[in-house]
Amino acid sequence: MGLNFGNLIGAMPGGIAQGLIWGFMALGVYITFRLLDIADLTVDGSFTTGGAVTVMLILSGVNPVLAVLAAAVAGMIAGMVTGLLHTVFDIPAILSGILTQFALYSINLAIMGMSANKGLPVDKYHLFVSSRNIPGSILTGALLILFVIAVLYWYFGTEHGSAMRATGSNPEMSKAQGININSMKVIGLALSNAFVAMSGGLLSQYQGFADINMGRGAIVIGLAAVIIGEVLGNALIGKRMNFAVRLGFVAVGGIIYYLVIVIVLWLKLDSNYLKLLTAVVVAVFLAVPNIQTKMKTSFSRAGKRSVKTTKEAN
Amino acid sequence: MTAMLKLTNVCKTFNPGTINEKIALNHVDLELEENDFVTVIGGNGAGKSTMLNAVAGVWPVDEGSIFIDGIDVTGLPDFKRASLIGRVFQDPMTGTAADMQIEENLALAAKRGKSRGLGWNVKAADRQMFREKLATLGLGLEDRMQTKVGLLSGGQRQALTLLMASLQRPKILLLDEHTAALDPKTAKLVLDLTKEIVEENHLTTMMVTHNMRDAIHIGNRLIMMDEGKILLDVRGEEKKQLTVEDLMKKFEAASGEEFANDQALLSK
Repeated sequence: MGLNFGNLIGAMPGGIAQGLIWGFMALGVYITFRLLDIADLTVDGSFTTGGAVTVMLILSGVNPVLAVLAAAVAGMIAGMVTGLLHTVFDIPAILSGILTQFALYSINLAIMGMSANKGLPVDKYHLFVSSRNIPGSILTGALLILFVIAVLYWYFGTEHGSAMRATGSNPEMSKAQGININSMKVIGLALSNAFVAMSGGLLSQYQGFADINMGRGAIVIGLAAVIIGEVLGNALIGKRMNFAVRLGFVAVGGIIYYLVIVIVLWLKLDSNYLKLLTAVVVAVFLAVPNIQTKMKTSFSRAGKRSVKTTKEAN
Repeated sequence: MTAMLKLTNVCKTFNPGTINEKIALNHVDLELEENDFVTVIGGNGAGKSTMLNAVAGVWPVDEGSIFIDGIDVTGLPDFKRASLIGRVFQDPMTGTAADMQIEENLALAAKRGKSRGLGWNVKAADRQMFREKLATLGLGLEDRMQTKVGLLSGGQRQALTLLMASLQRPKILLLDEHTAALDPKTAKLVLDLTKEIVEENHLTTMMVTHNMRDAIHIGNRLIMMDEGKILLDVRGEEKKQLTVEDLMKKFEAASGEEFANDQALLSK
């Protein structure tokens, strides 16, 4: 049972293709997590919604590209529900996301005709991306990501997009500038979940099926991609990087995350531990900046300094 | 001539019906004429900041009405009144978006209360105007327009907030102890800038302060508050003749208690 290096190399292109799809989702997560300062748990549900809508529409004869666009609209609605729960009823953002995600489980089942998964006969349709055509999928995924980065770069540089960034950065200041922060949050959540659902639609085409559990842990994978991308970007370019480059690194973070998974699978580690591994990686990266601060200033350090100086004085 | 700001019978009670019930504004009536520069003093909990927040629309008032330049704003939340109001807060972190560049903050302020579309936020045509305005602050910020505001000092951020508040001329400028969190030297700088900006733009201004001396020397009118009411309202020549001792006496006479606020005493 030796490890065959050739197998690893062989698995890489597929990993990159799937990584691009997750990187696409990570761009959506970036909007809420970094720009709006909301950890949006809707995505676990809306990712599946995107997959379910896409598969069902393709099965009913809709063009695969249009199906993904319809998935985006479905995700947008899911994001709006979370946003309205949060802004109109003052339910904490995290809880609003959990509620929508929970409700989406039933809705996703209903979309798939009350079955837990739906297959796509991949030979019958001309799919946008597919594991049957990995190079084509990589090219399509990469072009799509470049296009989305360009659109996001433009939007967040406009008056409207800047008002959304201000909302995440400083709500008080935003209100004083006449920005309706509630509508900004709803729009941001809708936009983010549109990307997430599109990504779910792409994955369902790539793997040839939609599954009720395909979105489980999507938020953690999205955060992993965001964080890996930022750490890498800061290491390579430094903190003063251009917004488009920053988004590019987030997408790259998705690819790296998925390649790590390919390596873990190649090492024949039990894939049941993947979620544990992902959670640990995300927790470590979220903790590192805080630990660094604590290393510099903490009560235990102050206590030790005090003991030392007291001893020296005596 | 209509008043620039008119408060009629404004009441606000926090936590009504609980043990923490606090009558913060108790039937307040106030009129500001155009170009009035009013300083507001009073002890802690007197209702100074509450009055400013009522005008800004942070929360709805319980009773009464608020008019700005003849417009009834009583039913409008803060972001819908923003086109009429410039605000500078006590905490220098509150008035600016730390994660955004100086020029991005200025561009946001230039559109205060206006609809925001899909044109570029920072337009090349505006940059020169921002640069000139920043240069008037004398802090060298005109050469750091792409710097994130989070990297600026408290004094620099407060000066920038002042500039932002006046960039699109407000009907009324609200300053809520905006120098209280700064060191004395920076506080003086920001206060001098305040006077310049108010004079230059002929702004109608309300400034809450803990500093009695500033309250007397700045502006054309002085209001003293206590327990949610306006105790004293002096203007013009009468205000110019005021001394800190006078103010203490007037406070004691009007409220029937000693002006024991240690912060107010310390800042004589």
